[in-house]
Amino acid sequence: MKYQYFPGCSLKGTGRAYEESFLAVFKALGVEISELEDWNCCGATAYMSVDETKSYALAGRNLAIAERAAEDVIAPCSACYLVLNKTMQGLKDHPELKRKVTSALKAGELDYKGTAKVRHPLDVLVNDVGLEEIKKRVKNPLTGLKLAPYYGCQVVRPFATFDDQHNPVTMDKLIATAGAECVTWPLKTRCCGGSLTGTVPEAGLRLAYIILKEAKKRGAQAIVTPCPLCQFNLDGYQDQIARKYERIDMPVLYFTQVIGLAMGLSAKELGIKRGIISAEAALAGR
Amino acid sequence: MTENKPKQENLPRVGFYICHCGTNIAGVIDPAEVQKYAAGLPGVAVSRDYKYMCSDPGQEMIAEDIRKHKLERLVVAACSPLLHEETFRKAAAKGGLNPFYFQMVNIREHASWVHTDKKAATEKAKDLVRAAITRVRYHQALDKKRVPVDPNVLVVGGGIAGIHAALTLANAGKKVTLVEREATIGGHMALFDKTFPTLDCAACILTPKMSAVKAHPNITLWTYSEVEKVEGYVGNYKVMVKRKPRYVIEDLCVGCMECIDACVFKEPKFHDKFNQGLGKRKPVYIDFPQATPKVVLVDPETCIQLKTGKCKKTCADVCDRKAFDFEQKAEMKEIQVGAIVLATGFKAHDAKRDPQYGYGKYPGVYTALEIERLVNASGPTSGEVVLRDGRHPKEVGIVHCVGSRDAKTNKWCSRVCCMYSLKLAHLIKEHSGAEVYNFYIDMRAPGKAYEEFYDKLLSEGVHFIRGRVAEVNDWAMTPEEEGRLIVRVEDTLAGFVRRIPVDMLVLSTGLEPQADAQEVRRRFNIGCGTEGFFQERHPKLAPVNTFTDGIYIAGACQAPRDIPDTVAQAGAAAAEALALIDAGFVELEPNTSHVIEEECCGCKSCLPLCPYSAITFEEVKKKAVINEVLCKGCGVCAAACPSGSIRQNLFEDDEIFSEIQGVLAK
Amino acid sequence: MTEKFEPKIVAFFCNWCTYTAADLAGVSRLKYAPNVRVIRVMCSGRVDPQFVLEAFARGADGVLLGGCHPGDCHYAEGNYKTLRRMRMLERMLKDMGIYDGRFRLEWISGAEGDKVRTVINDMTEKVRKLGPLDLPGKFKEWDKEIEELEAQVSKSAAKEETVHAR
Repeated sequence: MKYQYFPGCSLKGTGRAYEESFLAVFKALGVEISELEDWNCCGATAYMSVDETKSYALAGRNLAIAERAAEDVIAPCSACYLVLNKTMQGLKDHPELKRKVTSALKAGELDYKGTAKVRHPLDVLVNDVGLEEIKKRVKNPLTGLKLAPYYGCQVVRPFATFDDQHNPVTMDKLIATAGAECVTWPLKTRCCGGSLTGTVPEAGLRLAYIILKEAKKRGAQAIVTPCPLCQFNLDGYQDQIARKYERIDMPVLYFTQVIGLAMGLSAKELGIKRGIISAEAALAGR
Repeated sequence: MTENKPKQENLPRVGFYICHCGTNIAGVIDPAEVQKYAAGLPGVAVSRDYKYMCSDPGQEMIAEDIRKHKLERLVVAACSPLLHEETFRKAAAKGGLNPFYFQMVNIREHASWVHTDKKAATEKAKDLVRAAITRVRYHQALDKKRVPVDPNVLVVGGGIAGIHAALTLANAGKKVTLVEREATIGGHMALFDKTFPTLDCAACILTPKMSAVKAHPNITLWTYSEVEKVEGYVGNYKVMVKRKPRYVIEDLCVGCMECIDACVFKEPKFHDKFNQGLGKRKPVYIDFPQATPKVVLVDPETCIQLKTGKCKKTCADVCDRKAFDFEQKAEMKEIQVGAIVLATGFKAHDAKRDPQYGYGKYPGVYTALEIERLVNASGPTSGEVVLRDGRHPKEVGIVHCVGSRDAKTNKWCSRVCCMYSLKLAHLIKEHSGAEVYNFYIDMRAPGKAYEEFYDKLLSEGVHFIRGRVAEVNDWAMTPEEEGRLIVRVEDTLAGFVRRIPVDMLVLSTGLEPQADAQEVRRRFNIGCGTEGFFQERHPKLAPVNTFTDGIYIAGACQAPRDIPDTVAQAGAAAAEALALIDAGFVELEPNTSHVIEEECCGCKSCLPLCPYSAITFEEVKKKAVINEVLCKGCGVCAAACPSGSIRQNLFEDDEIFSEIQGVLAK
Repeated sequence: MTEKFEPKIVAFFCNWCTYTAADLAGVSRLKYAPNVRVIRVMCSGRVDPQFVLEAFARGADGVLLGGCHPGDCHYAEGNYKTLRRMRMLERMLKDMGIYDGRFRLEWISGAEGDKVRTVINDMTEKVRKLGPLDLPGKFKEWDKEIEELEAQVSKSAAKEETVHAR
């Protein structure tokens, strides 16, 4: 099994732990990953509202590079995953836009055809690798650990390609495969605060607080997420939330870290210590 | 290609007419220009344009011209031949011309309504007109075939539509076979406690009709039966019906139900489909006390005797009529009928397709049909509104438009949900005293006394919140919300998002086509619309007819509708069937094929092509022969005949070739 | 070419599905390209491959054949026969230089008014890009070429005869 890998800015920055654990887990599963050559910003920034055409061209460049190889592209960051898929759809639906983008890319000697396939690692793990295969490699089942699966908005909306929009379950299955207990709750895809934590903190913090509080109330020892922004919001703002509302102390892990732990990979390899709220107590205390 | 153009001098005299159809045609196509153009074409003796050709004066004009100008052919450019071909054939006949010397040109549906470029549309009209004028020269005088109509009728589906149609036909003295898939007739209406807006008891108005069906000397009632195969044509259908085994001899059972008490299962423990799974039943059961026919049946999936052959058979022992027969097999019956009324009903939308409403996830969420059983005096709780966990709800939410007006599931409005939601709100409040919240998008109450019913509910203190519910979950934000269902909804009148905690949530699920509607329509050779309901012949003028003559549709199989409309439509379908039968005969389109004996080389290519086995081989002469009674006029054989000896009336090679040439001759 | 080329497309629509769908498109006031001329047949199975050839020979730039979806034929299985015939015809047309969608077979049910629009628009655009087929024009050219060839042959034959005669 071979895939291309589009890291995007997060996995090289705030989401380092996601990259480390993602690469470690896929390596341990024998999946070959090669980083996309000369990739650039996915276009998920405010650029989209400044100049739509250029931001499509920006994302289109990554897709054009990816098309040169036969393998699917894995985009672990939810925002990258969404923007790249949105770009493919947008260029398919709007021929005029596609014409502009392809001619811009031609100038850079790139040929956009729209044949790339952008996948999320959740999708790849459950549908390509398979739960059975993962289960075989679980050496250290996380028995007794209660985890709340939190998907965020972007992996299933608006493109619900591999899971249900209202009640996604792929990560639930992975948590169960890792031997942990999966918390059922209705806030799986509710807003984490997004960029509001930075721009309108009173709104953003409240949204993040709602999620942390409900997870704690339902007995979760940690939240598990596939999105770097969700992880950042939920993990990084807990001090501010404590000042404004109450202290929750809820570790927020990437699903790749959880699977990695179950597969017996070391905490260091998986970047467990990179979290602001320490997961050590939760992981040790089970 | 051979050129067998009739010689210019002895061309038949053609009358050409173009219709303005008000501005429907004339708004895009220039009728005067087309009329002038046609006048210059060879053979055209008369060319006219007129405001409404299909009107009496329009038809009169044609008849008059035929007589006065000795016209030998007629071409009318107007709407679709599927709409007015018959009209103009009659006009031709009125003028003394054989009606099949006529050709119609569709310049409305196929041109003026679909094009905006006036010049191009007018050019297209000219091309089509030229083709028809070229074609019509080759037309032959033909006669319609008359075939007798079998006076018996088949009604499929024993809901209120089928019941009403069957009774109407039977009262008119026709022999009716009513076939119902379930063990009892009554359909969805039998599930209801009350009906809107009058709140009269559903059973009180339905069960007498059910009994009347059973008792009627002209009705043969076959429940637990399905139509397997339909052959033939209008007035002469041969239908195969499969009667599924009940393992109880219908004629012997008197419905005393002692066998149910005697069953080796002391307590009912199996899914009770009739009660929407809210109640339980035994392997030997009857759907409800007024089931018609009042005959028990045995479920082969759960009966120990039928599954293993090792049961004490206490049920059979207690039956003094000796009605049990565990060896019973499905039986095939063949009947002959002249007309068929399809009243196969609807399927309720599967609420699990909308996971945001939590049906199947939260036990407090119910579908409307489940609530119909719950508020029903003869239902599993005897009409007590009680939750699955035994609690009594203090607050109840009703979500409208679940599976209706939704781009993700069904786009259509299901027509009945607003009204039945009001009815359920009233009944729930009456039975439980709970506060009831209706979450609606728009309140649709367009029927006699419907708006007044809505007014009544408003005055009863039922709450109405306008907005499509976003989601339902168990996420409590305050202590008061603990353990309850939270309805999140944007109140579009108040202008903010609300959280309404409730104990019970009712999903007003919409109406969908039956799961097997596609199979059924194929079996009866009729059409379905894109949404899957049976297609009527014309949405306004032929709402119970289908594109297959002699097959009529009634009730919710055609589109979502309520009981009054269903009954009205069932009456209409019965009347259409009666009109067909009482005419005594039907005239069939003479578009059948025939073999020109001297040209047939006896190659037998055509024989396997005919799906109706209308072609046989005459061994002595070594020629193919077509039985025109069996032929349905598809023309497949005519297209395949290598020697060109098979001709299809109205669609002869010469006619089609001349049409092709005409269309392109410029 | 200064003026946009407007292709002429001849269509054969079966009475029960595709013709009804075209009527539905009309009733729904869907707008589509005015390049198609519809000839009604009872069943797509009535369409003799010769009809298609005749249409091309008479100057059609494209031919569209519409029938009921497989399994939905009003005459049980007429459309299966259409399919078989037309697959064969397509191969023959290809040998004759008619391909790339100049001939098109589509299943359009009576409910698919919108499909009539998309198919007609799509086909019109594609055939427009292919340019005129103009078989009648080509027939004339070919006739001329053959005449010239014949003239040449008879001329050289005449010469040869004279040579032999010497």
